[in-house]
Amino acid sequence: MPAKAPKKAIVGEKLGMTQVWDAKQRLVAVTVLRVAPVRVVQVKAPEPDGYSALQVTYGARQASRLNKPLAGHYAKVNVEPGRRLVELRVDDAGEYSVGQEIGVDIYSAGDKVDVTASSKGRGFAGGMERHNFKGQGASHGNHKHHRAPGSIGACATPARVFKGSRMAGRLGNERVTTLSLEVVSADAERNLLLVKGSVPGPRGGLVLVREAVKGGTK
Amino acid sequence: MGPTDLIDAESLRDDIPKFAPGDTVRVHVRVVEGNRERVQAFQGAVIARRGSGVRETFTVRKLSSGVGVERTWPVHSPAVAKIEVVTQGDVHRAKLYYLRQRTGKAAKIKEKRAPAKA
Repeated sequence: MPAKAPKKAIVGEKLGMTQVWDAKQRLVAVTVLRVAPVRVVQVKAPEPDGYSALQVTYGARQASRLNKPLAGHYAKVNVEPGRRLVELRVDDAGEYSVGQEIGVDIYSAGDKVDVTASSKGRGFAGGMERHNFKGQGASHGNHKHHRAPGSIGACATPARVFKGSRMAGRLGNERVTTLSLEVVSADAERNLLLVKGSVPGPRGGLVLVREAVKGGTK
Repeated sequence: MGPTDLIDAESLRDDIPKFAPGDTVRVHVRVVEGNRERVQAFQGAVIARRGSGVRETFTVRKLSSGVGVERTWPVHSPAVAKIEVVTQGDVHRAKLYYLRQRTGKAAKIKEKRAPAKA
């Protein structure tokens, strides 16, 4: 069985980072997430779907922009079409019902959350950026090898490069989860969630905010 | 307007007087000792202001028993109880770091005179 699904989850959009003052008059770096209320479109239960999850949507989308299968999917459950459909794995989907709205107020200041998003794509990146290689010296006669990886193996034995050797290649644009971020504030009025620290992905990117899997029960 | 400006707006203070590098200011700082809080004053010349928005800071320099002391605060910090502008200075630089190399009369900042009536 995979890791236990969180009790609650929600989807939002990364707006950017800034700083706020905490109660002890210290500056705290925060990421601002816009978490619009989501509407449950489908509840997936172990019977018959094989797992427990919520299919949700948020925002609004013109009915004329929907293709027929999608329009039918929304019409069947009588939920207003949203920007996109997102599936949130939850521990017990039975607590939720179709059409129910879930807002940012499921979290409050002090909660710990895990935030998942696609990281920024870096394209084809060299060893220094991709694997934190040190590169080579600037002087001592070095010529055009300042950012080169150095040796990638020995000579006649084994006479090949081992599989999995770290080299240049595609970096970023992968699913990354930042664990146990503290919620600084959850503003239900403006649909904003402030979490301490940074969150993967570009501004405007889709983020999943789930209850932290680590740290035990409160 | 940036998407995070709404959050920043709450942190910005509107009770900060207008002051610039060269001015002499008296900064009333909240000091927490144990569970008691008192206000301490720090008076000196503003030698720099940098950044903008919530991140803007200012640096005040004074001579304390012959030793130069500089303190930097965020302009909008809640730890600053009050800022009083004592005198306005007449300077030609935005950053007055050259004062660090000077002592005595050479470190004096010319005071700004009231604009002459036309």
